[in-house]
Amino acid sequence: MNKLLCECGHENPEGTKLCQKCGRPLSAEEKDKKIADMRYEGTAIRSKTHNKSIIDKVWNFFSSVKVGIALIIINLVVASIGTILPQEFYVSVATDAEKEKYYSDVYGWFGEIYYSLGLSDVYSSIWFQILVLMLGVSIIIASIDRGIPLHKSLKNQRVKRHASFMKRQRVIAEGQPIKNADDTLELVEQKLKELNYKVRREDQSILAERGRFSRYGPYVNHVGLIVFILGVMLHLIPGFYVDDSMWLREGETRAIPGMEGYFLKNDKFILETHDNAPQGEQLKQGVNVVAKNFQTNATLYKQKADAVAGQADDLEEVKEYEIRVNHPLKHEGYAFYQMDYRLNELKSMIFDLTHKETEESLGQLTIDLTNPEDEYELNDGAKVKLLAYYPDFAGFKDGVPQTATASPNNPAFIFKMFTAEKPEGETSFVAIQQTLEPNGENIYKMKFANVETRNMTGLTIRYDRTLPVLFIGGIIFMIGVVMGSYWNHRRIWIEQSADGTVHLAAHTNKNWFSMKKDLDKLTDAAHLPQYVDQQEPATNEQQELEGKEETEKEGKPL
Amino acid sequence: MDKKKRRSITRGIILAVLAVAIGYTVYAAWTKDKIEIVNVGSKAPDFEVVDLNGEKHRLADYDGKGVLLNFWGTWCAPCEREFPAMTRQYETYKDLGVQIIAVNFAQSDFEVQKYVDNMGMNFPVAIDKTKSVFTAYNIDPLPTSIFIKPDGTVDRIITGEMSEAQIASYLESIKPE
Repeated sequence: MNKLLCECGHENPEGTKLCQKCGRPLSAEEKDKKIADMRYEGTAIRSKTHNKSIIDKVWNFFSSVKVGIALIIINLVVASIGTILPQEFYVSVATDAEKEKYYSDVYGWFGEIYYSLGLSDVYSSIWFQILVLMLGVSIIIASIDRGIPLHKSLKNQRVKRHASFMKRQRVIAEGQPIKNADDTLELVEQKLKELNYKVRREDQSILAERGRFSRYGPYVNHVGLIVFILGVMLHLIPGFYVDDSMWLREGETRAIPGMEGYFLKNDKFILETHDNAPQGEQLKQGVNVVAKNFQTNATLYKQKADAVAGQADDLEEVKEYEIRVNHPLKHEGYAFYQMDYRLNELKSMIFDLTHKETEESLGQLTIDLTNPEDEYELNDGAKVKLLAYYPDFAGFKDGVPQTATASPNNPAFIFKMFTAEKPEGETSFVAIQQTLEPNGENIYKMKFANVETRNMTGLTIRYDRTLPVLFIGGIIFMIGVVMGSYWNHRRIWIEQSADGTVHLAAHTNKNWFSMKKDLDKLTDAAHLPQYVDQQEPATNEQQELEGKEETEKEGKPL
Repeated sequence: MDKKKRRSITRGIILAVLAVAIGYTVYAAWTKDKIEIVNVGSKAPDFEVVDLNGEKHRLADYDGKGVLLNFWGTWCAPCEREFPAMTRQYETYKDLGVQIIAVNFAQSDFEVQKYVDNMGMNFPVAIDKTKSVFTAYNIDPLPTSIFIKPDGTVDRIITGEMSEAQIASYLESIKPE
């Protein structure tokens, strides 16, 4: 690697703008400038110095501010496109074909394109995740690339700087002190200490600075971001994060997905509504009923310590709880939230065994659809045998009744009815609004009398151990922002020659107004010549703006 | 020169670590939807079910035997198609130290008993009323068949219908020596 040799004898890495020892300008471009470029203290940004191997090329790619900004913009654009239509996650259909149909039915051609481009599930797509992670890499590498040289040069600051460095600062002063020329440096030192500057003195030179730590603000801020991204990545590691859901019918007990060894029972689901007459906004929007409460009375059970999957007959009750919206059942870091419900699923069906002509009933039977029995005894020795049960009857296939699902959406039965008139039995196929008598005309029929229903509750199970990490990341981020925003790095260099002439230079990364107020106090106390701003802006406002721009350039080296 | 080399190595290491982190995250996110609690080669979670005849079957008790764990439902057409083949193959393999256990997805005793009578299944059939075994094995589509080797590790996981030839060859591979 080529070295840049400064006139003072110090060897600087290639790309350095200002000598790291004395501050002389090194590049031709820098020499032409009236005011020195103080970004990164004039150090060589590491990646800009050489560009040879593949590693360096990759490194330089991620270190580039342009690439970083491009990544931010791409991420933002993609993320916002994902909000145009609801994501698949919020569309309650199961299969891909149904999803495709949903998007084209509800949103037309736009929905079709949206779905086919994969934008309907953009946040879990690989390429989106790679984009976010690339941004993370860019943050890390750019911070290393700029943060380390900056830290080194801030740590190794020389007190004595070359006249060409001093002269090329924005605010300078030169001349004889108005009085007390012999004590100037003592007065300066005393006043600056009073103003909370850290003062270093070497012979006839002074370097005073305050708020140096604010220069680290952007890097602290980036560390916070990285911690935050790490926290999100932890979601994927087993044991850190569970986000599952379950449907639970009233009276049903089932194993909890994602929470091994635990079972949940739905004792009752309650939906309460306000019984007011519709008014105001309610009328406008055509809403008849307004929900007051969604509630699941649930009982949490735990298996015995040495039990294995499937052993559910010996459960220990952990707790009972009324799960309501925003009042989850919590246990050992797990939380059960009320998310959804379905009302009035068939639970049992009631039939009368009725004589077709006389309409006389031989008795009533109740079929529990979750647990049908083989045989139902009725009055006077009559009985009904259940030959088959199809919970979700979906027509016949080769003469055999089929069921589409296990849920009692459309129950159908084959009964054999034994009565005094027909002791050998009569067979009847009974579905909702459909009766078939395969073996000829029957004397008796199963007359539908009533149904009993039950509700289902939809719960979400959450477990999140990554929250503290996200929280810490957020705090670090905010600390970084505060460091960089509310403090600024002010530096004053002063040198007194043998003839008493004072050379002063001052620099701050922002807030020149306050810097000048400090200088005013200093000038006054040490009787210094009046300073000049070499880049006198028109107004104070503009001055502030420029200060900000400069910070932003340096503050977000993505 | 030395310094430059060192820098290249440092950068290389940092980039490699970041690449691994990205790779892992993307891989983990991609497989997240189908978290396999049960993996091929890992130990099959122990479970206990009670079959329709009231007999208990615990996986640990079948140590030294091959076990085919079949998850099914009465409404599932491919399940219905593979049961006759499974029944025929069980005739051969039950004497060779292979056990088939069919676990039903929380349906009623009535439905399952009728189905078994109708289908003539000759291996134990149990109903997982609390979906506990289903949850432990993270079963999604039906049918799913888990082939467990005599040492208790999972040999293969088949989701969907199997042909008779497949059933035979898979049972062969979990047969004790």
